[in-house]
Amino acid sequence: MTADGFACRYVIEILSDYLEDALDASTRQDLEEHLAECDGCTAYLDQMRLTIRLSGKFDQDDVPESIMNVLLNAYRDEST
Amino acid sequence: MIDLRHPDAALVAALLLRDETAFRDLVTRYHRSFITVARQYVSSSALAEEVAQETWLAVIRMLPQFEGRSSLKTWIFTILTNQARSRGSREHRIVPLSSVIAIDGEAAVDASRFLDASHRWGGHWANPPRRIEDLPEDFLEGAETMAALRRAMAALPDSQQRVMWLRDVKGWTADEVCAALDLTEVNQRVLLHRARSKVRASLENQLESDLSR
Repeated sequence: MTADGFACRYVIEILSDYLEDALDASTRQDLEEHLAECDGCTAYLDQMRLTIRLSGKFDQDDVPESIMNVLLNAYRDEST
Repeated sequence: MIDLRHPDAALVAALLLRDETAFRDLVTRYHRSFITVARQYVSSSALAEEVAQETWLAVIRMLPQFEGRSSLKTWIFTILTNQARSRGSREHRIVPLSSVIAIDGEAAVDASRFLDASHRWGGHWANPPRRIEDLPEDFLEGAETMAALRRAMAALPDSQQRVMWLRDVKGWTADEVCAALDLTEVNQRVLLHRARSKVRASLENQLESDLSR
């Protein structure tokens, strides 16, 4: 691993593409080799994954009852 | 008539039979996403809300014509994007790509956290993020962390927020988001990367401040 070749500063900018499985095979392999040796980037990737996981736990937002009632009335009225 | 083996056949049947619980669930599941997607095409939240409501009326009206050639979700969101596009073009809204993808070259992490170029290991971490695998789940998922995430997501530029909300909160696939928001794969990924990077940074700040207390 050279200092300027595959530096952490650039690695973190392709981690989303890595998580999206959008890297070509050789870049992916270089990245995985980097991660195997780099605690900082591994921690960063874990934090990205945590961010995604916690985002999925946000409460579902309720629809205001006034709007729901308008829609339910339309639904009842529509003849099939 | 929809094939009974279609994954949404039971739901469609319930909706056609005027099952109000099924309809209410459907509205609850998609209404916020309707507004989020519509906002990509129209100029205000009020208009996006209108488009969302008009779309529900169109869905109710057109449901008997659903043939099951896609999922019900895809079919519904196609109606939504058509409504939103038509409304957006009526108000002569042109969405320039540059407003969707801010070309600001923003970095995911501030340069000061890396060793500078004069250093033998220039570009590598000087101040790396903390490893989190040993931190307890109930700490990581605590109310303060969740509140910080929510604030960070609310502070994102609209275009980034829409993509992250649909992908990570609602669990949409990249293809679904590209189709609904009329984005290329690459642009969708750029927006998602920017959004997740900022939200991660806020999460890290929150964890560090909780741990230093």
